[in-house]
Amino acid sequence: MNTSTKISSGFLFILLLTAVLAPWIAPYSYQEQDTLNILAFPGAEHWLGTDRLGRDLLSRMIYGARVSLFVGVFSTVLALFIGTIYGTLSAYVGGRMDNLMMRVVDVVFALPDLLMIILITVLMGRGVVGVFIALTLVSWVTIARLVRGEVLRIKEYPYILAARALGASHYRIMLKEIFPNILGILVVTLSFRVPVAILAESTLSFVGLGIAPPASSWGTLASDGWTAIKFYPHLILFPSLAIFFTILSFNFLGEGLREFLDPRSAKGS
Amino acid sequence: MFMLRFFLRRVLLGIPVLITVATLTFLIMHLVPGGPFDSDKILPPEIIANIEAKYHLDEPIEIQYLLYMKQLLQGDLGPSYKYIGRDVSDILRDTFPVSFTLGMCAVLIVLGLGVPAGVISAYWKNSLLDRSILLFAAMGISVPSFVLGAVSVWIFSHQWHLLPPALWEGPRYMILPAFALGAGFAGYIARLTRTTVLDVLGSDYIRTARAKGLSEFSILLRHVLKNSMYPIVSVMGPLTAGLITGSFVIEFIFSIPGMGRFFITAVTNRDYPLIMGVTLVYAVLIVIANIVVDMIYGWLDPRVSVK
Repeated sequence: MNTSTKISSGFLFILLLTAVLAPWIAPYSYQEQDTLNILAFPGAEHWLGTDRLGRDLLSRMIYGARVSLFVGVFSTVLALFIGTIYGTLSAYVGGRMDNLMMRVVDVVFALPDLLMIILITVLMGRGVVGVFIALTLVSWVTIARLVRGEVLRIKEYPYILAARALGASHYRIMLKEIFPNILGILVVTLSFRVPVAILAESTLSFVGLGIAPPASSWGTLASDGWTAIKFYPHLILFPSLAIFFTILSFNFLGEGLREFLDPRSAKGS
Repeated sequence: MFMLRFFLRRVLLGIPVLITVATLTFLIMHLVPGGPFDSDKILPPEIIANIEAKYHLDEPIEIQYLLYMKQLLQGDLGPSYKYIGRDVSDILRDTFPVSFTLGMCAVLIVLGLGVPAGVISAYWKNSLLDRSILLFAAMGISVPSFVLGAVSVWIFSHQWHLLPPALWEGPRYMILPAFALGAGFAGYIARLTRTTVLDVLGSDYIRTARAKGLSEFSILLRHVLKNSMYPIVSVMGPLTAGLITGSFVIEFIFSIPGMGRFFITAVTNRDYPLIMGVTLVYAVLIVIANIVVDMIYGWLDPRVSVK
């Protein structure tokens, strides 16, 4: 494991801890207004300054980490879950069924994804749940395709035939014989897809179509900061840095994991 | 002839995709609670009824769908609900060239920065230069375009007053938005180029070319680069699609009067025909980008059968 992977996992671990322990760590509540210190620059009292309502930026970012990470990680986990089941079934059953299932995937793939995420978010109501569902609905297809490819390869191995000959059920073969062999790829994919989801969520929230107030993610904080960028650049700088370092860390972690779990494909890129 | 048949086939295959996009968008849009004419100002019910009758919003959804599709087949995208008196095709005619120019500038940035960086990185493998390029590429991949946009506005417009922070009134206005949109993808292309160039540099015919005494420059240009283009071309399709759909954030930041900015307001306004129009144009662009890329691919590498 190289240094960048180590630093990244350390950073992500601390971030996760901060998000989970937000109420105990944040110096202020995320909506508490300090009306004497409106639009304060970073200082001793408010480490990262305050916004136009006098709310502490650091505290809002700590609470925002909850939203950003929750949406990013769990929508990817759910997409991974759906995509894995779908892809495995499609490849394992094969034939006409496989064809039909893959046509569905092709159609979802052809949609302009960010636009679809926006429309679904608006449909579901602009909140954490809406963005979460929109991201899941759009991203499971990538995973379904990947898993299908892997399962198609694995199911031709003689040991699968042997398992069949020994009388193993299809269910058992999929779960006990095939699944462990794609687990590595799934972990790597998870690490590469989470930043994609975080990026999509923050972009949506930035243009005002994602998470709606009073809930706030790093994207909504950056959006607030954008309106005051000329004179108070720190308001957009800190949330942007949080998004940037989180995505960077997930990408580094993914590369480290790929080298470790899936050396075959790591060589290729 | 072969190319032509391939082209026609792909165009025909694109049609069901577009119909599906239209249908899904229509469904999602109409499932959203609330309609385009809910406003804070309370209108008398008769007026609402009149407006809804004018746009057929009082019909059952399946009738509305059939009406819309019929209209669409005739090439009519309908009137905008919010920009009264303007047709959607009218708005698209004004905004599409802007978004298209922005997208093409971004593609230039992606290739212009990414490919040379990747070649340099591979040629001087493991040098300090290579490491810095790799670091920059990793950063580029991880930075959201709106962050890049905001930071570059702050530095180049607010601090140094070099470039305009917004609007779209000439070449000078294009630099920052195109950079913000393309830089991330450039990082991706740089990495990809580095990998493939490294592969090619290790092959036998490069050794032969060196043995023949060709200059390093001509080896790089004629032998290495040409043979490294395939993987790059093959990702250009999805990449262009990403640039096109990702441009709405950049248009939002820089107040560029393109399709993306209209899409954002159309979604907030529930301007159904405008949402449909923009989504369809995006979908058509994505389909075309993929066809063009596949054709270039077939032209670059005759071994790839254009099937």
